Amino acid sequence: MATTTTKSAFRKGLVDAAPFVLVIIPFSTLFGILATEAGLNVFETLAFSVVVIAGAAQFTALQLMQEHAPTAIVLASALAVNLRMAMYSASLTPYIGAAPLWQRALAAYVTVDQSYVCAMAQYEKEPDMTIRERMSYFFGCVTPIIPLWYLFTLVGALLGTQIPDSWALDFALPITFLAMIAPMFRTPAHIVAAVVASVAALATAGVPYSLGLILAGMAGMIAGAQTELWVERRADRAAS
Amino acid sequence: MIDKGTLWFVIIGLGIGSFGLRFVFTGLVGDREMPAWLLRHLRYTAVAILPALVAPQVLAPAATGGQFDPARFTAAIVALAVGVITKNVLLAIISGAATLYGLLWLLG
Repeated sequence: MATTTTKSAFRKGLVDAAPFVLVIIPFSTLFGILATEAGLNVFETLAFSVVVIAGAAQFTALQLMQEHAPTAIVLASALAVNLRMAMYSASLTPYIGAAPLWQRALAAYVTVDQSYVCAMAQYEKEPDMTIRERMSYFFGCVTPIIPLWYLFTLVGALLGTQIPDSWALDFALPITFLAMIAPMFRTPAHIVAAVVASVAALATAGVPYSLGLILAGMAGMIAGAQTELWVERRADRAAS
Repeated sequence: MIDKGTLWFVIIGLGIGSFGLRFVFTGLVGDREMPAWLLRHLRYTAVAILPALVAPQVLAPAATGGQFDPARFTAAIVALAVGVITKNVLLAIISGAATLYGLLWLLG
């Protein structure tokens, strides 16, 4: 389907990202609950989500602050978990790098796993989109996500400690990430990247301050890139 | 109890840092051409980082104190399998959640 106007690109983004609503609500609620359990008041909890908007990094920071880790370690670890945002930023650049600066700044603020996944899938599928359509699509993607992130952090904070552990909300995060990854396994290189990254993450679990995650991510990216090169070379040889 | 000064320092520091990470390439590189080798690696960012984030949680969940948990492990496998087969994110999440609750209930 060709997106012809910026308005329809916005609407398409909104529709494509709508399923993530069911992801955002439990995550942000969970953060609100855990933050108030850790002793933050409602305003502090909400401010955390509005200023940072990064689930995994927020959970990491919260965990380490509860353990009274040094502030520098708290920041470094949470930012390490968020280093993937720099990689997202880099991979979005070829698609939206030509947009006006204020739009890029706004897009940066709302770049999260869901908006990134959503936008990249669309940009790869329809390489002919104009910059304006791409930005409209991107902002369409974040429209159902970000306001709910704020709202349900607030709901979680207000619910506070009333939700029992037996609800196992802790596992909402891994299940969601797995569900998000699965449709991305388009080529052997994607699968190799995921497998190598998973194994490397387990092997580097002992590396302090979440740096194992970064190492594992890099290992997966290198494995994916090398597999892509190998497959290309083999196709070239078969063709000649 | 978390110290209030530390808390606000972390919130603001993490906010600025996270924005910096998100803005570093789109903002500063802009529409300048990036080398092919870099783009080739960036294609595999999401598909590498997210599994790396999840794998330790699947095998050693924090909620069970790092002990392997059959319910959480099976739920993860089901979510991944349904996602691969159907390409439907929402269906994969629902299948995984249903498996998790079903097994937690069965295994008590």
